[in-house]
Amino acid sequence: MKTKERIIEAGLKFSSLITVLTTLGILWVLLSQSLVFFGEVSIIEFLTSREWTPLFENKHYGILPLLAGTALTTFVAIAVALPLGITIAIYLSEYASAPIRNTFKPLLEILAAVPTVVYGFFALTVVTPFLKGILPELATFNALSAGLVMGVMIIPMVSSLSEDALRAVPNSLREAAYGMGSTRLQTAFRVLVPAASSGIVVSVLLAISRAIGETMIVTIAAGQQPNLTFNPMETVETITAYIVQVSLGDVPHGSIEYRTIFAAGLMLFVLTFILNNISYFVKKRYQQQYE
Amino acid sequence: MNSRQKNRIKDRAFKYLGIFSTSIGLILLTVFIGSIIKDGIGRIDWDFLTNLPSRKAEKAGILTALAGSVWLLVMTAIVSIPLGVAAAIHLEEYSRKTRWSSFLEINITNLAGVPSVIYGILGLQIFVRTMRFGGSLLAGAFTLALLILPIIIVTTREAIKAVPSSIKEASYGLGATKWQTIRHQVLPAAGGSIATGIILALSRAIGETAPVIIIGALAYVAFVPQSPTDEFTVLPIQIFNWVSRPDHAFVVNAAAGIIVLLAVTFMMNGIAVYLRHRWQNKVNW
Amino acid sequence: MEEIIEIEKTVTSEKHRAEQPADAKHTENPVRPKLETRGVNVFYGDNQVITDVSITMKEKSVTALIGPSGCGKSTFLRLFNRMNDYIKVFRKEGDICIDGKDIYSPSVHVEDLRKMVGMVFQKPNPFPKTIYENVAYGLRIQGVNDKNILDEAVEQSLKSAALWNEVRSNLKKSALALSGGQQQRLCIARALAVNPSILLMDEPASALDPIATAKIEELIHRLKEDYTIVIVTHNMQQAGRVSDMTAFFYLGKLIEYTETKKLFTSPENEMTENYITGRFG
Repeated sequence: MKTKERIIEAGLKFSSLITVLTTLGILWVLLSQSLVFFGEVSIIEFLTSREWTPLFENKHYGILPLLAGTALTTFVAIAVALPLGITIAIYLSEYASAPIRNTFKPLLEILAAVPTVVYGFFALTVVTPFLKGILPELATFNALSAGLVMGVMIIPMVSSLSEDALRAVPNSLREAAYGMGSTRLQTAFRVLVPAASSGIVVSVLLAISRAIGETMIVTIAAGQQPNLTFNPMETVETITAYIVQVSLGDVPHGSIEYRTIFAAGLMLFVLTFILNNISYFVKKRYQQQYE
Repeated sequence: MNSRQKNRIKDRAFKYLGIFSTSIGLILLTVFIGSIIKDGIGRIDWDFLTNLPSRKAEKAGILTALAGSVWLLVMTAIVSIPLGVAAAIHLEEYSRKTRWSSFLEINITNLAGVPSVIYGILGLQIFVRTMRFGGSLLAGAFTLALLILPIIIVTTREAIKAVPSSIKEASYGLGATKWQTIRHQVLPAAGGSIATGIILALSRAIGETAPVIIIGALAYVAFVPQSPTDEFTVLPIQIFNWVSRPDHAFVVNAAAGIIVLLAVTFMMNGIAVYLRHRWQNKVNW
Repeated sequence: MEEIIEIEKTVTSEKHRAEQPADAKHTENPVRPKLETRGVNVFYGDNQVITDVSITMKEKSVTALIGPSGCGKSTFLRLFNRMNDYIKVFRKEGDICIDGKDIYSPSVHVEDLRKMVGMVFQKPNPFPKTIYENVAYGLRIQGVNDKNILDEAVEQSLKSAALWNEVRSNLKKSALALSGGQQQRLCIARALAVNPSILLMDEPASALDPIATAKIEELIHRLKEDYTIVIVTHNMQQAGRVSDMTAFFYLGKLIEYTETKKLFTSPENEMTENYITGRFG
């Protein structure tokens, strides 16, 4: 009987080790391939060159255009999701009655459950034609449509984590504010939002990380043209879209072009890794605060 | 108007802003699904579901993509569920609070935040190349299993944590071993929430596009896969492929494909919500 | 399973109480106490919560552990079925013996120990299963699946816990549907079903109303004929009503341990007197 228990425990332990192996696998794959890549392309060029043309005759390996594309779509998305998400969070936690909250929360989650390829289709076939009616100079593939739709997708991420943070604020603070004659709005913005700020920051960091890593919407709607620009009306290419682009073409394996996706992937991994870890530690800290 | 009145008006105004913000995303989604249904519903018929892909938009069907998605879903489930639940049990019930366990915890949180394209790159290098699975269902299932593993682990842990410790104490008090307690008390009590988390994770897997493209699932597969080592395509890739074509007839196909994909996704989410609801009513501590 | 120790034998040698009168179960030994601790210290990390407690308890007696909150009486109770083992920072010194055997010795399997030492908790904690399955659980995990044996054990245990008449027609109903008092008696039945010789009760009536409490106390009176009972209680009237011996704990120390009647009428220690007259705690 003791042996059976031990075998089971070993099996369970092995399963949890898979997660460590996954991380090691990611690091090994990205680093080993990138190392070969950086043997041929100087890291200085990678970080400072303003052109990314590995698939062309005249090759340049500057990641900046891809970073700019990623930053642009992410910025548009956050510009949508942040104000809406926080307004929703305050409304649901401070204004809405329990039945309304319990209806809307799961409904909002649907926004995050829709596959991203579907959002991409939406951005390209509905949002872009609509925006072209207002902004005639808008490119067919553009950062604006992709970013707007991506923003809608990550609304529930911001709203639900921020709402959790607001609701974790002790009731005594609310009562103190109301007791001094504050309205709900004043209580929310002057007392609760500051008290819940760490949680709200976490939700925004995670939303940014999600937007940076989002792939299909930007591949479909933002285009596949590396472009060092901060004009959201233009066609751009994000890091993720580039990786998909290479995967779709028939780039010979083992070639330098093939290795670009690992270098680009490493860049993407580092960015999201930093954001995720900052949010993890902020979260840990404010959780301790309330305990 | 005095400042108190102004404050009251602002308060009211914010309430309506809140209602508007909460609805806007849902209104957009409704508009969007409505427009897709308008575009695509006419295209959905038995032939669309059972035809092989074709270069002619009117003849093309989603059979291979649908079959590929089902294959991939089942295989991903087979790989990820036991691993995910087992890992969660280990972390929640066996692992002691050490540096190692907090490392595992940070690691899993990190994995949950790693973009799906990175999992695609991992799968490409490990399963497709090193293990030589090629662009097969096997490579796809392992890749997606790793992708949803952190989600399954996190939700399962939450579910296990919610089982009151008094139940566990009672079981230990009767001489049950750790595993007996987990097997007979903890897992049944947490079952509903665990199942909910698993279904949500799988519904995420079925909608994933990028990692499957990266490991080399093909947009054009002429036959329904027969075994785990066959090449395959999935519904989202088929949709993506149609979206990128200039011919409007293919865009109609994409809309029709999306209707099918959304139907599957929403159905899975519905089941998950129903399960969670039923379990909450059944077990009331 | 080579190194079967004595306490295991007492449990496994017979499958059910109904087959044999309970008295024949344990060898009567007037000299050797049923439960005994010698110089026990308990630490949670750097915190000492029990200091040098030595005590002996007779077979088929009821011993009450009383004292103010945080005095270590619950921790002390849980030493006897090693329920503290799950606390990560727990550490103990000294010997804790049942029938003269050290229960913390490496040769003792904690699961086997707990089959012999049943426990009833402060809050009723039935499993979210049927009434029947709650009582049968302890036997099922020992591999008993014979329906006749289980039926018999369930009936006997529910009778012993004075619950049979109330639930006999609803054995398949969820245990969570019972009232708090019924749930607690179900938990007692569940503990009895594995045929222990000792019952530990951690404030078993503190979550119950007066009528349910009276039923539990009455039950303790009857169970005393077959079981050695150790009960932690906050309620001094209750200690007076149910127990033969009473131990007063204060700040992790055993202050006074004597016959219940004597402790409540003429305590030797001033602290005991202050406590039982309600001057502190």
